[in-house]
Amino acid sequence: MSQTIKLKKGFDINLAGKAENRISETDQPETFAIKPSDFNHITMAKMMVAEGDNVKAGTPLFYEKTMEDVLFCSPVSGEIVEIRRGEKRRVMEIRILADKEIEFEKSKTFSISDINGLGREELQEMLSKGGVWPNVIQRPYGCVANPSDTPKSIFISAFDSNPLAPDYSFTQNGNEQYFQAGINALKKFTSGVIHLNTNANAEVAQVFAQIENVQNNKISGAHPAGNVGVQIHHIDPINKGDLVWTISPQGIVEIGKLLTEGIYDTSKLLAVTGSEVKSPGYVKTYTGACLNKLVAGNTNEGEKRYISGNVLTGEAVGEEGYLGFYHQQITVIPEGKYEELFGWITPTTKKLSFHKAFGLLSYTGGKNKEYVLDTNQHGEHRNFVMTGAFEKVLPMDILPNYLFKAIFAEDFDDMEALGIYELVEEDVALCEFIDVSKHDLQEILREGIQLIKNG
Amino acid sequence: MKFLQKKFDQIKPHFEKGGKWEKFHPIYEGHRTIFFAPDFVTGKKGAHIRDGNDLKRMMFTVIIAMIPCLIFGMWNVGHQHYLATGVDASVLDKFIIGALRTVPIIIVSYGVGLLTEFTFCVIRQHPVEEGFLVSGMLIPLVMPPTIPLWQVGMATVFAVIIGKEVFGGTGMNILNVALLARAFLYFAYPSQISGEVWTYLGDVPTVDGYSGATILAYGAEAATNKTDMWALIAEKGYTGMYEFWNMFIGIIPGSIGETSTLMCLIGAFILIATGVGSWKIILSVFVGAFAMGSLFNVFGGNSFLEMPAQYHLVIGGLAFGAVFMATDPVSAAQTEPGKWIYGFLIGVITVLIRVVNPAYPEGIMLAILFMNVFAPLIDFYVVEANKKRRLKRATV
Repeated sequence: MSQTIKLKKGFDINLAGKAENRISETDQPETFAIKPSDFNHITMAKMMVAEGDNVKAGTPLFYEKTMEDVLFCSPVSGEIVEIRRGEKRRVMEIRILADKEIEFEKSKTFSISDINGLGREELQEMLSKGGVWPNVIQRPYGCVANPSDTPKSIFISAFDSNPLAPDYSFTQNGNEQYFQAGINALKKFTSGVIHLNTNANAEVAQVFAQIENVQNNKISGAHPAGNVGVQIHHIDPINKGDLVWTISPQGIVEIGKLLTEGIYDTSKLLAVTGSEVKSPGYVKTYTGACLNKLVAGNTNEGEKRYISGNVLTGEAVGEEGYLGFYHQQITVIPEGKYEELFGWITPTTKKLSFHKAFGLLSYTGGKNKEYVLDTNQHGEHRNFVMTGAFEKVLPMDILPNYLFKAIFAEDFDDMEALGIYELVEEDVALCEFIDVSKHDLQEILREGIQLIKNG
Repeated sequence: MKFLQKKFDQIKPHFEKGGKWEKFHPIYEGHRTIFFAPDFVTGKKGAHIRDGNDLKRMMFTVIIAMIPCLIFGMWNVGHQHYLATGVDASVLDKFIIGALRTVPIIIVSYGVGLLTEFTFCVIRQHPVEEGFLVSGMLIPLVMPPTIPLWQVGMATVFAVIIGKEVFGGTGMNILNVALLARAFLYFAYPSQISGEVWTYLGDVPTVDGYSGATILAYGAEAATNKTDMWALIAEKGYTGMYEFWNMFIGIIPGSIGETSTLMCLIGAFILIATGVGSWKIILSVFVGAFAMGSLFNVFGGNSFLEMPAQYHLVIGGLAFGAVFMATDPVSAAQTEPGKWIYGFLIGVITVLIRVVNPAYPEGIMLAILFMNVFAPLIDFYVVEANKKRRLKRATV
């Protein structure tokens, strides 16, 4: 029984630098890296390779001590050139110098109908050893799912509503078979439903149109309509003790490729976006790619921030940094380290604002106006003063102010009762954007989740 | 501008850690950020772009919304002065005499308040926060034009320290700071803030039969003596002064900025259009007052109880309180359903105090302070309902 959800709350951030639907030819980066910090609650990575080792795409690099079955594998073949460690010898980054031609570890291949005949145990073993498992995220907590759990349902958001987000109908075009294979495999892990949620305001992409074994839901509304957490809240909400898995279309395709081709193939179309990119478009690369070659010669002058992911939830990694495991987008925007004379009161149409306080005239620009926003915080950190605003950009029956205050107070009962199980960072990213008091709400939420998980 | 930046940069080392005035760093930062929006950038992870709005802009929007009340108030102080002394004067004359009364009060309020803030910023080492920008303007507007300046100073110090700083500064206070200043004067120096204080007379003799009482005072007097308030007013001979539309425009004696419902509504329009003030609170205060007034009309009993309910909306400080005080987001209810209840009860209690309690002619101040205290309780039940809804879902 498919559902149609109409969301009235939210806010679209329309930035300059949207990727055009074309693939640019670029050199592949020389190095790739896997960062354990990309995975929430992966803190005790145990290395399975050493510097100087040669690996293939799909060779395990490390595992997490608390979840030994799940292997984190190399996305490319080549030589491990550096294992960078941080405090307490924690592994920060595993860098691989990639071969020109990528060699893959080979495993058994199956046809789509074969997959239906496989047992769960068998699949569990293959997926968790094959490198694709970290694509499966569990809620609550937003961390890599434990393959031996059984979720009540699995959610796939088939569109990304974030600023400058990649267009899945373009990036996943032609992957129908892999997608179906991945769905069939995941179906074995739940007795519940696999929800495939598409954007009600756009045509359903071909890749998602004919998929079986899923419930098709349609979601309409402004960002964060594409956030899977929002979709879960309206379709099959998470209460204490519930477990739901989420996975991106890219993750499913990787599962499908592992089963049908027998390889851990992370090749993907990466959106290169942002106002500082000369010609925004897509490039083909692999998970963990170094950004430098992918943006070379394609950026404007001036001080810039290179973000792996989107401007709301991504990570500033620098031009020589590496693409995050879950990211399918690079955003390059100007840095904003400048003082502005009477910047707090001068009327402007250039600063985008959800609010309409004196002089913030962006609301007069219409919906289609594209903004060039920099990283300036536009103000100082203050205590919470404004009320009633967060609720307008969080389309859930949740009271963000009270939840954040419960986190400040480390009040476990209240955090639980106020809905912390339903949220991960991306869900409060818009709240963080519009916060007049400039809190780092995503970080605060993660601290709360950490407390709940460990407590 | 480079010049100003350079000057700030020159003195900056003294205020940094190890500098000779390092304790005064919040003050340095506070001044620099008035001239320059700071060069802070977003963190490495999380939202890399931020909304153009900040607390400074939000607070400044409230001040802009108060300007119509302030300008009208200055004129009205002069107008009432010449009306009471029986002199014909031009608009400019009226405005000047009003400004001469009002500006010193504003200067004292901001001067003393900011000094207190700065002192606390240095002691507590917290940044200079914007809350007082609004309080500093609200305080003069709720004072009678005859208020002694030293009392304004005292009240401001009390309100800033006891009302705000002891709780941890802007965003942490329980009571509305400006109203606390007024309440302080009301209970500490009642004779200077009640009775015949609403018209500035100076040393000039008044015309025959002059009385500077407000309509609320007439109402209270009539209720106590079981006489007719309208007859009382008619006796005093100000034709037309206490007619509905005249009171709506605000050409009546009262606190400097609160007499004009029209100007308050212009302020309300600015606050609502900019999203800074909650339209739910403003509307529900008016609705609450009208409902309570109507209820009293039904029962009747004396001329004050029988005063048409809509009069309650335009007399006293109801409109000003509803628009600028009740909407203070920190001391108001913080949940959306809570805001309806909070505002409605402010309206109800205001009229209740006005009409039934002869000791306090005006009720809005106490009503808002009272509901400030109860706002967390209202929110508590709204939040509990939210939790219950979440729990209920589980059984479905």
